[in-house]
Amino acid sequence: MVAVRAVILVLLYCSPWAVCNTWAVVETYDFSSPDLERRYHALSQELRCPKCQNQNIADSNAPIARDLRVVLFEQLEAGASDDEILAFMVARYGEFVRYRPGMDRNTVLLWAAPGLLLALGALGLFIHFRQRSAEVSTALTDSDKAEIERLLREPRV
Amino acid sequence: MQAKKFIPLVAFVILAGLLFRGLSIDPTELPAARLGQFFPEFSQPELSTGRSISVEALALRPALVNVWATWCYSCRVEHPYLIALAQQGVPIYGLNYKDDSAKAREWLSQLGDPYQLNIVDVEGSVGLDLGVYGAPETYVLDADGVIAHRHVGVLNEEVFLRDFSPWFSLAASSGEARGGAELTESGARVE
Repeated sequence: MVAVRAVILVLLYCSPWAVCNTWAVVETYDFSSPDLERRYHALSQELRCPKCQNQNIADSNAPIARDLRVVLFEQLEAGASDDEILAFMVARYGEFVRYRPGMDRNTVLLWAAPGLLLALGALGLFIHFRQRSAEVSTALTDSDKAEIERLLREPRV
Repeated sequence: MQAKKFIPLVAFVILAGLLFRGLSIDPTELPAARLGQFFPEFSQPELSTGRSISVEALALRPALVNVWATWCYSCRVEHPYLIALAQQGVPIYGLNYKDDSAKAREWLSQLGDPYQLNIVDVEGSVGLDLGVYGAPETYVLDADGVIAHRHVGVLNEEVFLRDFSPWFSLAASSGEARGGAELTESGARVE
């Protein structure tokens, strides 16, 4: 019975939703406070691995990602603020290391794009509906109605 | 009304232009954050002498700083070209990045030593301050000790003549080095 329960537990643990947790990097750090640990997880999700570019440093097994995690841990324990740690990383690896880059000349289009596209879509819809309502309103003018009356009254042959 | 017909065509041309531009961008090449700044301070042992050195030891300028390691296959590929550069009088400083120092000394005695000196960086801390994310990488220190250029990947004659000529004027050597350059062109960068 114990064995069956163990198997079920293992199966549950390996179920698809668990894979991303269990296959990610396994390391142990002794944090001096739960708050530091929470910030460690948040920052390691947000920092991008310079080597394997579409992973954050929490998920990546690249040596450089491991180095950055160690630095992150040491700086958190040394009392650095989130902004200081991000500035440290950006000074060395550029805005690229942040999944939420700051606003500058290179990233302004990135930040503005959703708003711009939304505005463009809204403009398109506006023009579309205005044209359609214009067409509807011009469908029957007074002269049209008069013409219909005239046709209806015309004696049939 | 007539102009409306051309909207899809214009959209297509713009999109195709952007995508075509994207083909020629190498996404693995990151902009170097340290460009225009002084080489970071450090205090590390030197590989062959073991004495502690600082950034003042990088005195010959302009110079190259080459990030290498014995575990890095591409470093072996570019090594003969570094020796050729050193023979032509280009000062090269090595950053032995996250390596075993005994293996590194053996490598230099077997393959030749193009370096003025080598900074031992077992922990990768100098590399971290420099923004290194793999090997090989090669930096140009200009006459003031400012980081003026970074090349990621194998350094060969083609790259050197194209990107490094503002700091070093070398006559293009004979065709034999060219053959080597083609081989290294596809040499994968190893982390």
